[in-house]
Parts: sequence; structure tokens; C-alpha cells
Amino acid sequence: MTTSSTLPSTPSQTVGPYLHIGLTWQDGPFVVPEGTPSAVWIRGRVIDGAGEPITDALVETWQCDEHGRFAHPEDPRSAEIGSGFRGFGRSDTRSGDYGILTVIPGRVPDRSGVLQAPHVDLSVFARGMLHRVVTRAYFADRPEANAADPVLSTVPDDRRQTLLARPSTDGYTFDVHVQGERETVFFDV
Amino acid sequence: MSARHQRTLALPAYRPDPDGTHPPLDSPDYRSTALRHPLRQPLTLPQSATEITGPVLGEGRIGERDNDLTVQHPGEPVGQRIVVHGRVLDGDGRAVPNSLVEIWQANAGGRYRHDADVWPSPLDPNFDGAGRTLTDEHGRYEFTTIKPGAYPWKNHHNAWRPAHIHFSLFGRSLTQRLVTQMYFPDDPLFDQDPIFNSVPEAARNRLVSRFDMNRTTDHWALGFEFDIVLRGREATPFEDDDHDH
Repeated sequence: MTTSSTLPSTPSQTVGPYLHIGLTWQDGPFVVPEGTPSAVWIRGRVIDGAGEPITDALVETWQCDEHGRFAHPEDPRSAEIGSGFRGFGRSDTRSGDYGILTVIPGRVPDRSGVLQAPHVDLSVFARGMLHRVVTRAYFADRPEANAADPVLSTVPDDRRQTLLARPSTDGYTFDVHVQGERETVFFDV
Repeated sequence: MSARHQRTLALPAYRPDPDGTHPPLDSPDYRSTALRHPLRQPLTLPQSATEITGPVLGEGRIGERDNDLTVQHPGEPVGQRIVVHGRVLDGDGRAVPNSLVEIWQANAGGRYRHDADVWPSPLDPNFDGAGRTLTDEHGRYEFTTIKPGAYPWKNHHNAWRPAHIHFSLFGRSLTQRLVTQMYFPDDPLFDQDPIFNSVPEAARNRLVSRFDMNRTTDHWALGFEFDIVLRGREATPFEDDDHDH
């Protein structure tokens, strides 16, 4: 709804090639502290339309904790969250991969109360991208929860696998294909 | 309340930005977009708790001098000292308080302190070009810095980026996350810059700061004002349906 008091949003611009000056933190990858018993790494590449890894991208992640609580004042249970759980991760791709250390999030309901499968929201920024793109990583080894997820069910069958993080040696792999045949499903949020 | 609603948050919803707000990801004049824009349309994601929350960062992350880019070294950086200030608001004009603002920029000669920036303009030993601050309870922020220079890039022959400062905003939710660039008034390089011009014409002036004589300090610094607007909430907040209780 538009009212007379509505202010138009500031437009987005690219992070450009020098994003590391302003947007990288030493502790950026640690959604949970190192040494957290149930912690897993989610790692992956951001890949362009020619199949090449994008090495000047930034991936940011956001999620709830293992009990479905968000580190945010809007969540009445945020005060119960253990210290050290930030919920937020950010990693650049200079090494070819991004990587965040996290825990598998709990299940949280959607607006109508239907439980969603565990998921992590990702924002991807890069030189050559004038606006972020947003996607979700689900966990391939949670097939029952995924089958009941109200968001995944809106994704055409043949593209659903682009949203699945696959088990790896130290956690999960989740590549983001910005463009091309294996293009990741992105969302308007 | 039925069991399935017990853990439902009272979820606000954020309005989508209308067409004409943001640049298209496919902007051919900015050549690097060619292989970096999705070809398929994004799907709609109904905002759930994951999207209407978001990182609320800052406490313990901001050093005392992080909003003054001119005092981070023993000596002073070269260039025109400026104060950049403004408010972070949502689309309903409400202040966004206690919210992290990150900036980064080139030095006065248009050179970034970055391995990948190697054009023949000198680095300034007294300037890193990164700052961060938290908005106050009225959504206000302020940085003291040096006016960045223009710099050349390879998009087309004799391509120069207009002077700009990169801004990163978190707001209060994932839906409000924004990275943008602030420009300076009347820059003669606007016309040939495909990044600035990727923004729909009617929205471009929202990226241009205003020279602010009131915040210009005698024998010290020029003032520039730059307000930033993040998405507002729907007029009627979402509420759980009552009819099935």
C-alpha cells in the first residue's frame, strides 16, 4: 500500500572489486564459535555463466539456531540463545570457495504455521552484480523435512536440487550458479 | 491457540520495492554483468521468520575511531576533509536505530588500498579507506573522511568512475539489507558511468549526496548529507488467522 508518507527506497549498487576493504571480518565465517560440538562447515563456489568461479564475491548467511531461535529482538525466544551464536556469517571467495562454520538450524514455521525444513538464507554480492541475489540452502540428508517444506514445494522439480547442500567431509557443499544451465533458484524476498 | 501456531512469530511484512527502484542485474553497458546475472526469473519467497529477522550487529564491533577515517594512522591523509552524515530511515520515514553502517572508498587520488588496484596513482600511507558506525536512536550516522578521487577502469575506453563511497546497511531484517554507493553533487563523470546510469533515471538522484553548508566547518571540513531509505513495512502487519481457534 502506498501512502503519502511513503519514501522511495535507495537503489542498490554493486559492491565492486574492492569489497574486501569494507565487508570482510576476521570472524566473519563463524556463525557459531570454533569448537562448537555440532558445528559443520558449509562451503562452496560462486560460479558465473561461463562456469568459472567468481573470486570477488561475498556470501552472507542468516539462520536460526538448532532450536529454531533467531538472534534478533523480533524473536521472543532470542534471550534463550546461548552466547556465541550469531546466526550471521560472511565470507569472501578469494580462495575460490566461501566457507562458514555453523550448525544445522531448527525447523521454523512459515506464516501459516506450516513447519519449514532446516534452511539457511544466502545473499550473494559481487563485482558485476548491481544487486544482491538471495537463495536458500536446504540439507540434502533431510529428505523428509524437505519433502514437506512449503517453499521447496513451489520450486519446479528439475530445479529443486540447486537448493540442496550436499554432505561433504567436514559438513556440506553448496555451490551457487549465478547463471547458466545449472542456475541456482533465486528468490525475491 | 492451536498447537501449530504456538511458535509462530507475529510477523511483520516488508513491502516490495516497486519497479524502477533498483538497477537490472542484466545491464549490458556495465560489461561485467554479462556472465553474472541470472537468466531465469526469481521465485517469490513469502517472508517467514528467517527473512523478517536479520543480523543486528555492532555492539563490540565498533572501535572508538571507526567513523573517522582521518585518524587511523599517526599522520593525516592527504585530500579534502569532509563530513558525510545523514539518517537511515525506512520507507515509512521511521528512523532505523542502532544499525550497522559500513563504508569503504578510494583515497584522494582515486586509489584503493587493495591488491587488485594497481593503476598509477599513489597509495596514501595514512589512509585505509574503511569505516563503520552504528546509527543512533534517531537513525543518524556520521563519518569524517577524505573526498575520494575518481578512478579509471576497463569497462570501455577512457572509462572513469565518478567519485563515490560504498555503503553497506543491515537495517533490522534480511529484507532490508542494502549495499549501495553514494556520489557527490554535479560530478561531470556521471554521464559516461554505466554503474550510476544502471539505476532507473528517476531514482538516480537518490544516490547523490547534498552539499551541506550547515555541516561545513570553518577552516576544517566540507559537509555532505546522504539519507538512506530501506524498505518499509506493509501497512497492516501480518497476524495469525483467528478463525480456526
